Amino acid sequence: MAVATPLRRSLLSAPAIGGAAVLAFLAAWWVSANTFDPMRIPQPGDVWDAAVQLATTGYAGGTLIEHTLQSITLAFMGFAVAAGTALPIGLAMGMSRSAEAVFGPIVAFIRPIPPLAWIPLAIIWFGLGDGAKIFVIWFTAFVPTLINTFTGVRNVDPTIVAAVRVHGAGPRRMLLDVILPGAAPLIFTGLKVSLQASWMALVAAELIGAFFGLGRVLMTAAQDIFPGMIVVAMAAVAACGATMTWLLGVVERRCLPWLRVTP
Amino acid sequence: MTMDILARSGLRPARRQPPRLGLRPGTRLTLLSAASIAVALGLWFGLAWSGLLPKMLLPSPWDVAQALVKNIGVPFAGATLQQHLLASLGRFFSGFALAVALGVPVGLAMGWFAPFRYAIAPFFETFRFIAPLAWVPFAALWFGTGIGGPILIVFSGAFAACVINTFRGAQMTDARLIEACRTMGAGNWRLIVDVLLPSALPSIMTGIRVAAALGWQSLIGAELIVASSGVGYLIVQGQGSVETPIVMAGMATIGFVGLVIDLGLRRIDAHIGRNWRVDA
Repeated sequence: MAVATPLRRSLLSAPAIGGAAVLAFLAAWWVSANTFDPMRIPQPGDVWDAAVQLATTGYAGGTLIEHTLQSITLAFMGFAVAAGTALPIGLAMGMSRSAEAVFGPIVAFIRPIPPLAWIPLAIIWFGLGDGAKIFVIWFTAFVPTLINTFTGVRNVDPTIVAAVRVHGAGPRRMLLDVILPGAAPLIFTGLKVSLQASWMALVAAELIGAFFGLGRVLMTAAQDIFPGMIVVAMAAVAACGATMTWLLGVVERRCLPWLRVTP
Repeated sequence: MTMDILARSGLRPARRQPPRLGLRPGTRLTLLSAASIAVALGLWFGLAWSGLLPKMLLPSPWDVAQALVKNIGVPFAGATLQQHLLASLGRFFSGFALAVALGVPVGLAMGWFAPFRYAIAPFFETFRFIAPLAWVPFAALWFGTGIGGPILIVFSGAFAACVINTFRGAQMTDARLIEACRTMGAGNWRLIVDVLLPSALPSIMTGIRVAAALGWQSLIGAELIVASSGVGYLIVQGQGSVETPIVMAGMATIGFVGLVIDLGLRRIDAHIGRNWRVDA
């Protein structure tokens, strides 16, 4: 083993190596952009120009802000509908065997169908507008929240539940003071998965049929063979996804201060 | 006993048992499940046959079954159902195999060599937020309608799950085990293959199952957009010609195949568990 001198240690630290890797990637991009057909791999300059164009004059019917707002609003609406239905049903299934017996088989039927496979049906039912997207997101985001809520409720320490019951707590107090706090960590896990899935489903739905939104920008750029714009749209998609995940993490830490959340 | 004490103390039990209709709880629950399925199917049949909704919007389950059977013999969108399915499965397994073959080693290496982890982390943290389907434009640009495009999409859907779960499994390896093997002179290679890999295996299998589900779903999405065959193409063509029974039959096929893939992986997982993990 080599001696860990301070210089060696700082050269082998995470930021140094990570930074070097990013630089190497950028260099590789620059080289390949100059070697291959610019119609296939965009030059870094093209990407910058595309970003400026999207941010200022707009592309595919709107500017970056307009497309992003449209997409994010839709994703949050779909997510809200999904969470609003999955949470109560998950809680009911967790707290009552009868509710589990009623909803379990239906969930088991719907669950294996990949959410994106609902897109054509959604288009038949709701057209290319917002309704179809909210429907698809609902199917995508419903299952993760439901399953995690259900598991979370079932994982609440039965000793505590029994003790609270013996002391005479009614169902309302049981739910608010025992079940919800006990299941909260898993509920948040489910919500996080659902939110990410909502975003992915929305982008997919917009790629397949939409008048507006980041997916629409991607599709238009693909049809125009505009690789710079494709990269910009992909970056915007990733940035929104990352921001949403981060936001939910902040909410989680606010709501569950008694847990030290490990990233 | 408890009830006696409660009765004598004048307290009521916090929750009374509801009347059970004279059935054993197990039977009652089975009946509830059966009733729930019956109501759901009844609603579907009822709505479809009542004529309230046109068949174009809501075909009955019977229509869907007929479309499914018919499509096995009569081609729709250029191929029969089984041909579409074969095309999809070929793409799926190519992309999935590639994701596992690259993802597991990368995950192990990230768990073992810290510098490698530092080098990969920035890309991983960036790329995992890109929705797999957002790769579709580049897939089309780089590969046209060839097989490379769908493979790229399946790969981008499945890769991250393989890497993350392998990495977590590798990190959870008992440090004492590693130190013991090292003391006895095991090199990097032997440690990775004989210690890290077996101990990470349960986590790796979980990752592979998640990856299969995500990969299958991404492939269907990709086939909706760029493909000229496959079950995803079948349902989007069905949508284009408003053949709703075909769309639903395709969805059922997709769900069923996804289930079969998951069951197969579960079997493999259980098999590994029996033959390897016990004495590991």
